[in-house]
Amino acid sequence: MDKVNCYHCGDDCGNRPIEHDGRNFCCNGCKTVYDIFSSNDLSYYYDLQSFAGATPTAVEGKYDFLKENTIVERLLEFKEDKLNIVNLYIPHIHCSSCIWILENLNKLNAAISSSQVDFPKKTVRIVFNPEVLDLKGLVILLARIGYEPYISLDDYDKGAKEVNRSLIYKLGVAGFAFGNVMFLSFPEYFEVNEFWLEQYKGVFRWLMFIFSLPVVFYAGQDYLISAYKSVRTGILNIDVPISLGILVLFIRSTLEIIFDWGTGFFDSLTGLIFFLLLGKFFQQKTYSFLSFERDYKSYFPIAITRINTEHNEETAQVYDIKKGDRLLIRNEELIPVDGILINGRAQIDYSFVTGESEPVFKESGDKIYAGGKQLDGAIEMDVLKTVSQSYLTQLWSNTVFEDDRSSRFQTLTDSIGKRFTLAVLTIAFVSTALWLYIDSSMAMNVFTAVLIIACPCAIALAAPFTLGNMLRIFGCKKFYLKDTQTIEQLAQIDTAIFDKTGTITTTQKSSATYEGMRLTLEEESLLKNTLRASNHPLSRTLYDMLATHNIVPLDDYHEHLGKGLEGKKDDDHIKVGSAEFVGNKTDIDSQKTSVHISNNDNYKGRFVFHNHYRKGLKEVFSKLDTEFHLAILSGDNEGEKNRLEKIIPKLTPMYFNQKPDDKLSFIKTLQEQGKKVMMVGDGLNDAGALAQSNVGIAISENVNVFSPACDGILDASKFKQLYDYINASKKAMKIIKLSFLLSFLYNVIGLYFAVTGQLEPVIAAILMPLSSISVVGFTTFATNLLGKKLK
Amino acid sequence: MSVIYVLLTISIIVAIIFFTAFIISVRSGQYDDSYTPSVRMLFEDELVKPSSSLDNDSTTEKFENKSIQLNKSQKL
Repeated sequence: MDKVNCYHCGDDCGNRPIEHDGRNFCCNGCKTVYDIFSSNDLSYYYDLQSFAGATPTAVEGKYDFLKENTIVERLLEFKEDKLNIVNLYIPHIHCSSCIWILENLNKLNAAISSSQVDFPKKTVRIVFNPEVLDLKGLVILLARIGYEPYISLDDYDKGAKEVNRSLIYKLGVAGFAFGNVMFLSFPEYFEVNEFWLEQYKGVFRWLMFIFSLPVVFYAGQDYLISAYKSVRTGILNIDVPISLGILVLFIRSTLEIIFDWGTGFFDSLTGLIFFLLLGKFFQQKTYSFLSFERDYKSYFPIAITRINTEHNEETAQVYDIKKGDRLLIRNEELIPVDGILINGRAQIDYSFVTGESEPVFKESGDKIYAGGKQLDGAIEMDVLKTVSQSYLTQLWSNTVFEDDRSSRFQTLTDSIGKRFTLAVLTIAFVSTALWLYIDSSMAMNVFTAVLIIACPCAIALAAPFTLGNMLRIFGCKKFYLKDTQTIEQLAQIDTAIFDKTGTITTTQKSSATYEGMRLTLEEESLLKNTLRASNHPLSRTLYDMLATHNIVPLDDYHEHLGKGLEGKKDDDHIKVGSAEFVGNKTDIDSQKTSVHISNNDNYKGRFVFHNHYRKGLKEVFSKLDTEFHLAILSGDNEGEKNRLEKIIPKLTPMYFNQKPDDKLSFIKTLQEQGKKVMMVGDGLNDAGALAQSNVGIAISENVNVFSPACDGILDASKFKQLYDYINASKKAMKIIKLSFLLSFLYNVIGLYFAVTGQLEPVIAAILMPLSSISVVGFTTFATNLLGKKLK
Repeated sequence: MSVIYVLLTISIIVAIIFFTAFIISVRSGQYDDSYTPSVRMLFEDELVKPSSSLDNDSTTEKFENKSIQLNKSQKL
């Protein structure tokens, strides 16, 4: 049977595509979106990019909190009677169709006057008229066309974010001054003692001086400040020689024009700062749509439904929830606080918090914890603790989340910078001493010349351009790193620790084994036909596993929510579902996900579902095993131990039933033994370990959905490439070292001129940019070559 | 030769005009998103149809009252 893809979202339609308007859809949701688009002349959406859509999610009551004025005010950017502006984060934005439809929202609803998408950030800024369409209506409209915005507690806390554009300003100032100074200093490069040049040189020189002021004191201030701080703490980083060079350049050039000794080096000075800032700018590539600093706030809803004493539902902000409140948790909603289940069938997925992959069943009177997700209908609970005191929030009180990790790591450039500074100063003093001996009038000239020409511009550029480019290349390969420093740390690791659930296993359970009495052919056919009608993930999996049978129409079919299915054909009557639904009274092994079968109320057996390991797991582990110490840390029980042992290399240590704190201290212990640890995890339960490790990498099936705070996010489809990525990081560090050599060569040539006292402005003006540009060219070329080899 | 003062002044004024234009454009947020406009400019201009806003309102009304039953979210 050919696969039929849904015209809207591109998913496999399964066996019963919904035909409509000559096209196939996988579900009614997609069909409805198609209807909305085509009836509003928006079908161009499908011409831009096929299968761009997302299946809309049911949003009954989910956004009631957007009726609350206090909340709405926090979310809006601008508020007036007839005009509101809101900036919404929409994870689904991924292609040109998305941009087009979201910028044409005004065709769907006249209350929306304009909308503008920011693709890299995945946000849309909507201007609308709240008298016609309020924020809740707007959000529901978006959700209905498959672009559900994501609104979390984080947005509520932060309010509007300030954009920091200072680097662009500085770059503009430096570039502007650099260009003008170059053009003003040009006449003097050729030192022709020409009459008119002599007449006007003062004008040219003082203009250059004026241009360089904002460059040194505004554009270059970061370097000066950082160098000052580093000298005060006694650690010499790369900014020290840079600042030394900048200051010497500026002071010497100023003195030169005051006393009419020469033109000074203003061109080199402004050029140097311009290139340095360019490097910084290049390094600043951020994946703004991903957040590497997530804590529990990004997971939590802003508001929750509270049931007040008159038994009416009302919306309450999460922070306002007090002990003793009664809350209503709807299907698929997150439990925000610890409490006691009062009524309803609770089936709670704690995988976020504990890593336990199985949903837990709770009876009324049981304690339930914050961070769990209710999977099955609505429940009511009584609050025991406020948000800030709940178990999950307590995780974040660990100090590991507070210290700034970047300060703990010394980059290669900085460690070179220290030796470099010492070497340059030594050369400067030695050569000055020699010149004092030979010709004391030249001494000061030589001293400053050495400091100027040895200014480690090229060295300072090597790392930003190499790593910045590497960051971009990794990004194209769906491996998103927080910053360039992470690549350096990745190149140093010697230990790799993996979480199990969701990290080396996929979230789908796609293999099952049958235990029980054999099913007859008729029974199997009936089972298959019964499953066909259901959309539950487990029944889809089971359906795909069973051998094909002819399609027979059933006489009777019932789906019991949260229990199972019933199918009837002739006088056979089959039940598929949970143990109690099919009437299995025997002791159930609840450690495993299973679907039970009974025929005519005789219990037949059950299908047990297994964790499904990621493709290429075996290869990744055997490659990693050659270079790194490996271990597996899982919050899950030992049910899978035997299967795992067959897949991963022998003698890999495995630890089960690890709580989040255990994982964190495990990593800490390793680090105390001097190991550089990489942690690969996926959930909140790994958050502590990810933060503690030298490099924390979160695996994510969909990078737009959450991942805990980490240094890098790896798309699950690229899991098998992990080893290659680590290798590429190591090679990138080699490239940096090579470019250090290259710039060292330039420095030797420059120093020859400086030490012999023949450094002319024109030589500096040629050597400095040349060394910078060749380093940038070399690193870019080399990293691109490296990127081509990566899959 | 004192024309050089005039020339220098003009050239610097022109440069400053460009510089100011750059600062203003950064301030207004033109550099915040350097990707989306490149996609936006490729959209075809559709034929302008005399669409009345009333029409649109009625269609959205139609969907307003229809709660979407998703068979995907049903349970076993």
